[in-house]
Amino acid sequence: MDLLYGVFVGPFRDMVTAPTFLAEVLIGGVAAGLMYSLVALGFVLIFKASGVFNFAQGVMVLFAALTLVGLMERGVPMVVALALTIGVMVALAFAIERVVLRPLVNQEHIILFMATIGLNFFLEGLGEMVWGANVKKLDIGIPDESFTVAGILINKLEMTAAATAAVLVGVLAVFFQRTKIGRALRAVADDHEAALSLGIPLRTIWVVVWSVAGIVAIVAGIMWGAKSGVQFSLSLIALKALPVLILGGFTSVPGAIVGGLIIGTGEKIGEVYWGPLVGGAIENWFAYVVALAFLLVRPQGLFGEKIIERV
Amino acid sequence: MIYREAGQFKTSYAADQAVFPIVQDRVVVAAFLVLAFVLPPAVASEYWLQAVLIPFLVYAMAAVGLNLLTGYAGQVSLGTGGFMAVGAYAAFKLTTAFPGLSIPVVFVLAGVMAAAVGIVFGLPSLRIKGFYLAVATLAAQFFLIWLFNKVAWFVNYASSGTITAPPRTVLGVMVTGPEASAAARYVVALALVVVFSVVAKNLVRGRVGRSWMAIRDRDIAAEIIGVRPLRTKLLAFAISSFYCGIAGSMLVFLFLGSAETQAFDINQSFLVLFMVIIGGLGSILGSFLGAAFIILMPIFLTNAPHWLGLDVSVALQKQVELMIFGGLILFFLIVEPHGLARLWQIAKEKLRRWPFPH
Repeated sequence: MDLLYGVFVGPFRDMVTAPTFLAEVLIGGVAAGLMYSLVALGFVLIFKASGVFNFAQGVMVLFAALTLVGLMERGVPMVVALALTIGVMVALAFAIERVVLRPLVNQEHIILFMATIGLNFFLEGLGEMVWGANVKKLDIGIPDESFTVAGILINKLEMTAAATAAVLVGVLAVFFQRTKIGRALRAVADDHEAALSLGIPLRTIWVVVWSVAGIVAIVAGIMWGAKSGVQFSLSLIALKALPVLILGGFTSVPGAIVGGLIIGTGEKIGEVYWGPLVGGAIENWFAYVVALAFLLVRPQGLFGEKIIERV
Repeated sequence: MIYREAGQFKTSYAADQAVFPIVQDRVVVAAFLVLAFVLPPAVASEYWLQAVLIPFLVYAMAAVGLNLLTGYAGQVSLGTGGFMAVGAYAAFKLTTAFPGLSIPVVFVLAGVMAAAVGIVFGLPSLRIKGFYLAVATLAAQFFLIWLFNKVAWFVNYASSGTITAPPRTVLGVMVTGPEASAAARYVVALALVVVFSVVAKNLVRGRVGRSWMAIRDRDIAAEIIGVRPLRTKLLAFAISSFYCGIAGSMLVFLFLGSAETQAFDINQSFLVLFMVIIGGLGSILGSFLGAAFIILMPIFLTNAPHWLGLDVSVALQKQVELMIFGGLILFFLIVEPHGLARLWQIAKEKLRRWPFPH
């Protein structure tokens, strides 16, 4: 009886009796969700354009943040450091296309996936060797403090992250819908061969996509780094972005955002209201179980393309 | 090979379908097996047994299991670590609850337990496939590890949260626990691996393996010719988890001696997946080659600077190791995406014609 009460009545009673607390939990969840979305976006961009499931996205976030912090620690002004970091990520995109993707054209998806895991290890080692493995503080001039609106605590940094994510999605949407390269990218995503026959250079497109994913990684790296310091564990947030991906669909930019929000809020609410029942720390797997349950109903995710199979 | 199969005529279907149709192959394999059982316990040092040979056997077992699922049935799984944990904790609970139970029986029962869990987490594979499935199996990984961390019953309420292999004997020889010699543990591990590799090899040659491959190559077509996807996929998950479960119990009982849930984390899943891919998807031999490669490489990389007379700090060495590890994986995938098993096949084909290639 206690258990049934704890599962079905207690949490809802708590939510109704303390609405401000619920609002705070929700806002925290939305903020965390947007952070996941930022990482998930990088995955989606690459998967859409090249069909590569880029496991190294998490490490790219870490690598970008490490490069930025490393440059700033050596006295480079923030704007210059940012420009240099973008340069590094673009160079990385060129290198990845030349060394990894080009020799592996036409291989099975699982082989390319494994290649990105190899890349993951390589970049992790490289980043730590060049910039050192200790935790670094990234100061972007926004204090990690809170203010209250209508009795609800709101964190400045989280709000900035949310706003940044929104702007980034807007810019990406314009880039995809309105520019010539964006149109080419969508063409490649739809059909490689048709795009090639129309004279769209596949290699250039790949470099562009990996560069854009690298820049998204910089933004995600700055936000995560400002929140919790630049350290090795940043590369693990890639794992947090995976349920977001399966929820939103691998090929959908809006899906990444909505999926992130659902996972972020669901995870926080689950942890706060139902977590104590089973001893807490359910954040690690809760998102996966939510995503899994969802997949059983809708296998292609929220916004993914419907999978039609023929013999 | 250097020898030819000329003059060896097959006069029965049984002879035609043998695993090793050529008599020389049979002799070489038999000799190799005898050597594997006799030589290392007699000659190899404690270090070689403990640091190289035993972990190789444990991971080869896990790699065979994952290869059945990923290489033959085509279902990518990232939950290997979780299934290994199920085997390890099941073996621990079984042997502490029933101290009289013989250790090989405990291992097999632990495998059965893991198979049951594998079926549960294999259920989504009926609806989802490819990368979606790979990510879904991560749910198994995280959930199982969390479960074993949280529920004290699994560790018999030990405050340290570790499971320890209790001393048990087979035929009067101590094989688990702190008293057991490395040689005894090696022989037990080798026996298990040999028996279950033979089973795996015969599984994939028969009806079961063919239905797995049909599902892997084109599932809808397979369904139309009468392969039942539900049964086939769940069977693949069950048998694969059975192998991983045994590997997990071997990891604790024969290799580490005691372990926490950390020993089964996500890195373990990736490590086994690496072995399968580098060794060769869809090849039992490949699982062994991959396991040997992944076990030997870090040892080689740790010792290489000493041989070259270089003095590097531990941190730098760790980072360089990561880079070389990642680089080698990329290199292998680019040079031979079908793995070491394919390289072995090519070498065999070349040697067969040597010295006249045409």
